[in-house]
Amino acid sequence: MSAPLPKRIIKETERLQSEPVPGISAQPHDDNARYFDVIVEGPGGSCYEGGVFQLELFLPDDYPMCPPRIRFLTRIYHPNIDRLGRICLDVLKNNWSPALQIRTILLSIQALLGAPNPEDPLNEAVAKQWKENQPEAIKTAREWTELYAKKK
Amino acid sequence: MDSDDDFNSQVSSEDMDLDLNDADSSVDFGANDSDVDFDDEFQDEGAFDTQDKDMKQQKKAFEVDFKVYSPEDIQAQQDKQVAEVATLLEQPHEQTAILLRFARWNKERLIEQYMDNQEEVLEKAGLGQDIARDPPRIETVDGFVCDICCEDEPGLQSFAMKCGHRFCINCYRQYLGQKIREEGEAARIKCPGDGCNKIVDSKSLDLLVTSDLTDRYHELLMRTYVDDKDNLKWCPAPECVFAVECGVKKRDLSRIVPTVHCDCKHDFCFGCTLADHQPCPCSLVKKWLKKCEDDSETANWISANTKECPKCNSTIEKNGGCNHMTCRKCRNEFCWMCMGVWSEHGTSWYNCNRFEEKSGTDARDAQAKSRQSLERYLHYYNRYANHEQSARLDRDIYFKTEKKMTLLQNQSGLSWIEVQFLENASQALQQCRQTLKWTYAFAYYLARNNQTEIFEDNQKDLEMAVENLSEMFEKPVESLAGLKVEMMDKTSYCNRRRIILLDDTAKNLKDRKSRTESESGDEGMLTMTTENWEFNVELS
Ligand SMILES: [Zn+2]
Ligand SMILES: [Zn+2]
Ligand SMILES: [Zn+2]
Ligand SMILES: [Zn+2]
Ligand SMILES: [Zn+2]
Ligand SMILES: [Zn+2]
Repeated sequence: MSAPLPKRIIKETERLQSEPVPGISAQPHDDNARYFDVIVEGPGGSCYEGGVFQLELFLPDDYPMCPPRIRFLTRIYHPNIDRLGRICLDVLKNNWSPALQIRTILLSIQALLGAPNPEDPLNEAVAKQWKENQPEAIKTAREWTELYAKKK
Repeated sequence: MDSDDDFNSQVSSEDMDLDLNDADSSVDFGANDSDVDFDDEFQDEGAFDTQDKDMKQQKKAFEVDFKVYSPEDIQAQQDKQVAEVATLLEQPHEQTAILLRFARWNKERLIEQYMDNQEEVLEKAGLGQDIARDPPRIETVDGFVCDICCEDEPGLQSFAMKCGHRFCINCYRQYLGQKIREEGEAARIKCPGDGCNKIVDSKSLDLLVTSDLTDRYHELLMRTYVDDKDNLKWCPAPECVFAVECGVKKRDLSRIVPTVHCDCKHDFCFGCTLADHQPCPCSLVKKWLKKCEDDSETANWISANTKECPKCNSTIEKNGGCNHMTCRKCRNEFCWMCMGVWSEHGTSWYNCNRFEEKSGTDARDAQAKSRQSLERYLHYYNRYANHEQSARLDRDIYFKTEKKMTLLQNQSGLSWIEVQFLENASQALQQCRQTLKWTYAFAYYLARNNQTEIFEDNQKDLEMAVENLSEMFEKPVESLAGLKVEMMDKTSYCNRRRIILLDDTAKNLKDRKSRTESESGDEGMLTMTTENWEFNVELS
């Protein structure tokens, strides 16, 4: 027996279905309304363009006082995302506000794909490559997108 | 033994090094002359006691002034300051406390700013005219929807600060609860609105914080007081409620290692709040710990508990703290740290503690150089880690011994009180090994000059004193009663050697003057020329 779903989560879920964000989808599991299958498309013009990235998102009990837990399931070559798919993003940590939503967070993640920040790395090796040889790093990111994030 | 007279007559600190060297060279505790001579030395040195008292009266170079405060003391301190400032500013007590917290307890700056522009200060601290005219209050607003919980029923109570980010009071309270209880924030909680930096002022907090949170909230406000004051720090020991006051500033930390002693018995460094690490300055401790962490794999094998006897290769397990090992099989006596012959330790020409740099020619290519720098590191790390491990083993064996002693009390003819000498010995061992441990991190960063030798001699003397005392714990319990006097002597000798080493090192550190940067050293480090110590890294 789980506690009834808070109104906030119901509303957010409804709105995600009725007013979807372009390039982003979040589908709750039938048996667990706090667990979402997420798809984020790589933003146009970035080295992730054409990629379809799968993520998992979970709303903990104290959501929205605490941020959602979220990680990439699709492999991605990015200085702020580590091998386990964990994301380094300020709004998911210190700058979380309970007024933020799943939708705003997913938009932030999509924006992060468009603007990698090697100065605040989570993946040291990738960040190093990004700083020392950016064309090479971007090439690798494109290859990985081609290899792991293409719709079959 | 004229050296004793020398030792006792020396009062002025300038002569200390010379006198110590004299005393040291005549006090030769080589293992060849072993315990017998060693004890004779001690009996001769009964005069040490009087000197001890003389030495205690003046503050040592390694000691700093400090004071320990209870939570009640801290509260009283805050109250006193609030009262003082309240009279000056002619503001009520409660308002003044808010102003002081807002000014991070910088009394002088607050008063100055307040005199300059009273309105602005009050406004910024959330006590301005606006607030007086229009105090924070809980409202019901038509058509309001809370962005956090999505509730929208009519009559929903809500709250917003001047920034206008309005949320229902349930969410606001839950948010404050999260900040106060889970995140330990109190004086500087931000508005829950996305990206809003407005600090929730204390009037609003008073209005919103529920009674189950007030205790924690006030406790956190008190914490903030200590955190905001540079000369106050909480004792880092788990569960300890005391705070310590010490005047040593951040900029002094390259010249002094401010160890303070909390009433809970925990010794810690006021500079970095790590456990006591004298004589090694904070910045070197930080570098050293980082290095150990980075190189942990290389160095792991060192902390192993078993080694092979260098003579007959049979496996030897270390189960006491003492580093003077005797192989059960071939009776070979050797040193656990350097694996060298024990009988040579403590003689003037044997150096277990010093790293001998190999002479230039063979260290020219990069590979040989990096190999040598690794060897050098391992030399110091080995000894550092070993004292840490030995301290643990010393303690284990003390507990076992104490237990047995209690059981054997009748047999040993000692009362419970008399067994105290064991505890004192054990404490001395712990403290001395802690010091020794850090002398090796210190020595690693020390560049060789004339001062280094005095340091190494002090280190060697303390080390021998410690091993001699540590060894006694491995004697059969039944014989300990008869060894009481000897053990007490060795204990006080250890303590004395520790004080001499710390005092000497602290003096040299304090007196460091000229700092000129010279060409890069081996590892691209800056070499600093100083009058006393030279380090191969920058002290910050
Ligand atoms: Zn609400
Ligand atoms: Zn706000
Ligand atoms: Zn304490
Ligand atoms: Zn320190
Ligand atoms: Zn042997
Ligand atoms: Zn040795």
